[in-house]
Amino acid sequence: MSRSHVPGESGAERPAAAAEAATVATAPGEEAVAPEETAAAPPRRPAGFGPVAWLRWGWRTLTSMRTALILLFLFAVASVPGSIFPQRGVSPEKVAEYFRDSPSLAEWLDRLYLFDVFQAPWYAAIYLLLFVSLLGCVLPRSVTLYRELRRRPPAAPRNLSRLPRHAAFHGEAEVAELAAHLRRKGFRVATGPDWVAGEKGYLREVGNLLFHFALIGILVAVGVGAVYGYRGNVLVVEGEGFANTVAVYDRFQPGRLVTADSLAPFTFTLRDFQATYQAEGERQGQALDYVARLGVTDRPGAPERAYDLRVNEPLNVDGTQTYLLNHGYAPVVKVTDGEGQVAFEGPVPCLPVDQRTLTSECVIKVPDARPRQLGFLARFLPSTASAEGGYVSVFPAAINPTVQIWAFSGDLGLDDGVPQSVYQLDTDKLQPLVMQSDPLQPGQRLTLPDGAGTIEFTGVKEWITLQITYDPGRLPALVSAVVATVALVLSLVVRRRRVWIRVSRADGPATIEVGGLARTEGNVNFTEEFDEIVGSLRGRFAAASDERPATAASDAEQRPVAAATDTERPVRGRTAKE
Amino acid sequence: MGNQVNTGLAQLSDQLILVTVLLYLGAMIGYALELAFGRPRGQAPAPRSRELVTVGGGEGGGDRAEAGTGEDAGTAAVPYAPWAATAGRVAVVISWLGWAANLGGIVTRGVASGRWPWGNMYEFTVGICFAAVTTFLVLLLRQRIRFLGAFLMLAAALGLGFAVLYLYVQAGPVVPALNSYWLALHVGAAIIASGLFFLAAVTGVLYLVRRPGAMRLPDRETLERIAHRAIVLAFPVWTFAVIAGALWADRAWGRYWGWDPKEVWSFITWLAYAAYLHAHATAGWRGKRSVIIQLVACGCLLFNLVGVNIFFGGLHSYADIPG
Repeated sequence: MSRSHVPGESGAERPAAAAEAATVATAPGEEAVAPEETAAAPPRRPAGFGPVAWLRWGWRTLTSMRTALILLFLFAVASVPGSIFPQRGVSPEKVAEYFRDSPSLAEWLDRLYLFDVFQAPWYAAIYLLLFVSLLGCVLPRSVTLYRELRRRPPAAPRNLSRLPRHAAFHGEAEVAELAAHLRRKGFRVATGPDWVAGEKGYLREVGNLLFHFALIGILVAVGVGAVYGYRGNVLVVEGEGFANTVAVYDRFQPGRLVTADSLAPFTFTLRDFQATYQAEGERQGQALDYVARLGVTDRPGAPERAYDLRVNEPLNVDGTQTYLLNHGYAPVVKVTDGEGQVAFEGPVPCLPVDQRTLTSECVIKVPDARPRQLGFLARFLPSTASAEGGYVSVFPAAINPTVQIWAFSGDLGLDDGVPQSVYQLDTDKLQPLVMQSDPLQPGQRLTLPDGAGTIEFTGVKEWITLQITYDPGRLPALVSAVVATVALVLSLVVRRRRVWIRVSRADGPATIEVGGLARTEGNVNFTEEFDEIVGSLRGRFAAASDERPATAASDAEQRPVAAATDTERPVRGRTAKE
Repeated sequence: MGNQVNTGLAQLSDQLILVTVLLYLGAMIGYALELAFGRPRGQAPAPRSRELVTVGGGEGGGDRAEAGTGEDAGTAAVPYAPWAATAGRVAVVISWLGWAANLGGIVTRGVASGRWPWGNMYEFTVGICFAAVTTFLVLLLRQRIRFLGAFLMLAAALGLGFAVLYLYVQAGPVVPALNSYWLALHVGAAIIASGLFFLAAVTGVLYLVRRPGAMRLPDRETLERIAHRAIVLAFPVWTFAVIAGALWADRAWGRYWGWDPKEVWSFITWLAYAAYLHAHATAGWRGKRSVIIQLVACGCLLFNLVGVNIFFGGLHSYADIPG
């Protein structure tokens, strides 16, 4: 049986039940596989083992519904490890942690691409096979649909009473009138000597095919985005600026074909950052709103514009999106060394250790301090209150900001070429000078012992982390997704249905027989529609009472019908044109 | 922005949810009585004639025809209590009352916190139970599916009870990331789809329980049809929920799809239900096989709902589960 077989083409000629069963197979499905074929599972191997025969067998197996189902399942199962193991694309720091905690296991997992499941070759193999299988079925089916759209609906079966829906009444009507009647109800119509065939609901298959093409569209859009797009993260402190160049990013993930020239040349300055918090109640301290006030220059030489960046409102500069990810405090400190020189002055971004109170910790490295290098650990408390045995922050807003200092002197270890995190202080070669000072308020300074210098807490700034993303696949993906959803609804809601009407004048008064067939299941509504069609036909064409056997008296009743047909004449012309 | 919580209304909401649980349980008892002592449905008719009957199912005439055959076959075999049908009707009334209380609970909570009332796991679960019961009651207007009542009401009452006992948090504002109209679209669609999927799953379990012969449950074809229809309705809604989520993620997180655990599992759920629809449309995969696929898919949905938040965390960590 050929793949392009569309049930129902031959269905009308078959007994009704068989036709119904056959039509079911195309219902919401995609694969243009005849039910007979899928029922028998993968096609039999060809008798000859020529390469062409093998290819054909392979292609048929690949595009069979059973294979598609298995691939769908594999696709789902293969996605599972992506949620179990940390993924490099999502949380690289957790992957690094995994490598630290269990190196040998991590190495094996990495060999199996379990930290990059969605970039893994085996993952790609599954979805590429699935999409090939999908294409192999959607393309022939599109051709079939195109042919069907150009062909007239199939002729009426010999025995309409064997169709799932059937009605008959006495009446008189010309075939052309009946055809016009059906056409007005949106049916495509074909006529024969004594019958009319109507078919409706082609949008189902259109939706079905469009949905699957749209899925391919999404895949292509994602691919384009991955190759030509880039993503970067950067931390900006209030008052500082940002220029979109590769060098300034803290972390930069370019697509394969991204060059330095691909980055849109915009700049901005973070003028101010404001966060609002819930003041009281059980959720005291929960953030309510963030605003980062930016001054944006879209391209060199362009006038600066103000933009309020919020969590759900990214900044868009020519398709490059800037998102507000996170925020925190950066106390401004001034370090004067033992020789009286200002060795460091500026904001120090602190990492929040408690989101509810924004208690934060930071590291200050002062390699330029003389006679010895200085290092500080600092704890920043935005709303300081004294508690048993120390101080805590009670609220995330900077109401009573203080800094507690741990000071060290010695060798920071910056000169031995091993990269260090700015958020960690290696205390191996350092001597402690001060352990947990009293909280310093803005303007207060701490004098270090042994004439090592002073550290002054001069003020508070806030920092934000931003993600800057350029993804040319965004819009195509959106369009594909919208098309897919609309098409999916069409393919699930619209029903393909056929109606045949036959006028038989075998013995005396004419009988009008109507048969209906919904080519998809869930045809409750078709029952209603069919009844409605029969009712309207009855209303226009039935004899006075078709309960009684039609008699000569019905001739009189036919007059109005005959009169009505005059108005329908132009329609007959339309029929002729077809 | 509603950062002032109306405490009185919030308490009213909590009480209404408790009332809902009680009413659902009451309705469940009513349905169960009808199921246990009521008129059993008939022996499955011969395949050909059954097809003709089920074809008309859902529409008034067809239903009555089906009921008729049930009566004939049932009275001969099993005695039944005449009051059982009354119990069923009373259960429907109680269900509607429970539904109203459920709706009231959701609305008052939304008004109390001044935002869309599905910002955390508790509210989400309450919403899903509401969606499932709504679907059931709406279908009940047109279809003879009262047999589902006992199981669905039990599931809804258990779901609500679980939410009240383990997921409850006080009404309050949401974090800035959730403060978006996308919350209404994305989570609202997810709630509706989940409710429908759960209804389908309950029907699927009944399908597996149903054996041929006279039983008070409808025949397998009817069960399969109900489940299929619910999934056909839910699938596009779920698709929309996923896409709306992607759109929101694009605005909030800077990418429309990032393989966050929640995204992975909603994708897996989507694939599983797509597999169900394909299986259902393929001869040889209909019936038991497709029902099992459907239940697996529902398992994925459930895991996505509860498991992901508990085991994986990730960006969807707004669930706000206490403890």
